[in-house]
Amino acid sequence: MMDRRSFVKKVLNGTIAGSLYLVWPMGGDSLEIPEEIPGIKGKDYDILHQEFAFIVDVTRCIGCGSCCVADKREYNVPDGNYRTWVERYVKGFSDQIYVDSPHGGLDGYQHPRTDIDEKIRDTFFVPKLCNMCKEAPCVQVCPVGATFISPDGFILVDEKRCVGCAYCIQACPYSARFLNPVTKVAEKCTWCYHRVRKGLLPACVEVCPTGARKFGSMKDETSEVYKILKGPGVLTVLKKEMGTFPALYYKGARREVI
Amino acid sequence: MDAAHSSAAMLVSNYVFPNDLHVHWSMMIVLYPYITGLVDGAFIIAALYYLFDVKSLRPVARFSLLFALAFLAIATLPLLLHLGRPERNFNMLLTPSPSSAMAGFGYIYAVSMGVVVFIILFVYREDLVELRATSKGWLQLLYRALTFDSIDVSEDARKLDRKIIRFLVGIGIPIAVVLHGYVGFIFGGVKANPTWSTPLMPVIFLFSACVSGISAIILAYIVIRKVKGRSIDHDCIKTCIKTLTLFFIMAFTFEMLEVFSHSYLKSGYHHMVEGLLNGPLASSFWLWQVKICSVIPLFVLGVMGIFTINKHIYNFTAAVVSAILLLQVLIMRWNVVIGGQLMSKSARGYTEFHPEWFDKEGILAVIIVMAIPFIILFVLSRIFPFWTPDNETNVK
Repeated sequence: MMDRRSFVKKVLNGTIAGSLYLVWPMGGDSLEIPEEIPGIKGKDYDILHQEFAFIVDVTRCIGCGSCCVADKREYNVPDGNYRTWVERYVKGFSDQIYVDSPHGGLDGYQHPRTDIDEKIRDTFFVPKLCNMCKEAPCVQVCPVGATFISPDGFILVDEKRCVGCAYCIQACPYSARFLNPVTKVAEKCTWCYHRVRKGLLPACVEVCPTGARKFGSMKDETSEVYKILKGPGVLTVLKKEMGTFPALYYKGARREVI
Repeated sequence: MDAAHSSAAMLVSNYVFPNDLHVHWSMMIVLYPYITGLVDGAFIIAALYYLFDVKSLRPVARFSLLFALAFLAIATLPLLLHLGRPERNFNMLLTPSPSSAMAGFGYIYAVSMGVVVFIILFVYREDLVELRATSKGWLQLLYRALTFDSIDVSEDARKLDRKIIRFLVGIGIPIAVVLHGYVGFIFGGVKANPTWSTPLMPVIFLFSACVSGISAIILAYIVIRKVKGRSIDHDCIKTCIKTLTLFFIMAFTFEMLEVFSHSYLKSGYHHMVEGLLNGPLASSFWLWQVKICSVIPLFVLGVMGIFTINKHIYNFTAAVVSAILLLQVLIMRWNVVIGGQLMSKSARGYTEFHPEWFDKEGILAVIIVMAIPFIILFVLSRIFPFWTPDNETNVK
């Protein structure tokens, strides 16, 4: 029979162990979100030998909008324009799809839709951002070369060269671009190129609480994106028929996602 | 994409991508192809006379060239008003991106301008030599430059002038075709937009350009002559109307062919295109562009072509039908440029466009831009007389 002292001791030990279990990083799980891109920080950035990929795991997104908030704060994105946004898909039993994205999902989806009259079969969230196409229409159509593809595969906009003709906005099949009402030049998501060059993850990836946004180097065989992209899982790209060859992949995206 | 093909019922959510809510190419980009179209059509009239020897067009040949110049002079204005950073416009000429269709505009425009100016200078050389003789000071210097410092108006010199004009008009035709075909390609080359992305787009733009330009010449000629109390050359109007009929049949056929292609081929996002034409554009496309401004003029042009009509009624009808066709082409540009952007790339909804009055791309700016060529034309008329004196002989 256990005396009172032993009982208290065991309870105390159990509490401490349990607390440690909760706070100690366990590793190995897919929820592990590193803060840095391994192999870049503190080293010379070899721009000619880099390849990155971005994966959106639709099955993990909870539509909290943290990514949109992080992006807006990182770039001071003017209201009504979006470098990234989150869409809510609601599927009824009639197979009708209802999509919305109020304020680009910036406020999160705190309330269910009340305007749908039928029984809901399923709901999911789809984050959207620049697809960093390998055959980028925006790069092709820019008349002054302000939109260009960097040697490490990022589609960027030189805001000092852009004339603000908006041809790139028309050409982007994903509507990932807008004309900044303040600077009057084209703007879009850069996958946080300035952070990547320092070895940091894009802001939206950094803040995503569920690991729905994944970013990493394809030159690093230990990176999560490398393992997913080289693995057997099914990944899709948006509007494949456009022939743009995006470097943004979707995991678990349903066929209704456009 | 599968989802896009599934059914029109998808539209129930009317979801527009957040960045698609704003229409980026608005009224100035409607005006831009409209203006270059007017230039092209007017140039065609001049080319028919100077190169293809259609003698009956003599009364409007010189006017057509000046009309083309007046509109060509402001063709870049809508673009400058549209650009977010217009002060950087020369980047397109200085550091063009060879992969971009738009980068070619500056060069095509400059060549077009050069050719039209030189044609006008050779056509008007005799008049300019006369003006040079009666002017003094800096004006005389100007006329010396405009006459290439030659006062030779002998038969041989005029023969050479005519050869040069024929040559310039000869190279001017492909340049005019490239200028406007290129404008059509700017839209036709955007694969992200199903309503624009068709190889028919440059063809449609080209034929409608000829329609608008020829209509403008007919209307302007009749109105100016009426206002000035001068007679109207009936043969000239008849030839213009015949030419207009030919180009309009082609333009309208291709416009309808494009719609039919979407419907028949049921290509990607066809349900969105159909939804667009039967929804937000139902009035501006089917009612205005097709029924009022195409079917009616087509019928009227048919009657004018088949039956013998009293000269005065014919001329009056020519002016009215030209005015309607000018409107048709403007509405067509609107439906292509703005209509095409109403369709979100989400393939699930349509946005709206409400023109503003006082914006730099607003209604007032449109009126001002369209008024400037007429002011230029008035100034040009002080130096280059529109009509040759012998125009007056063969009329009442």
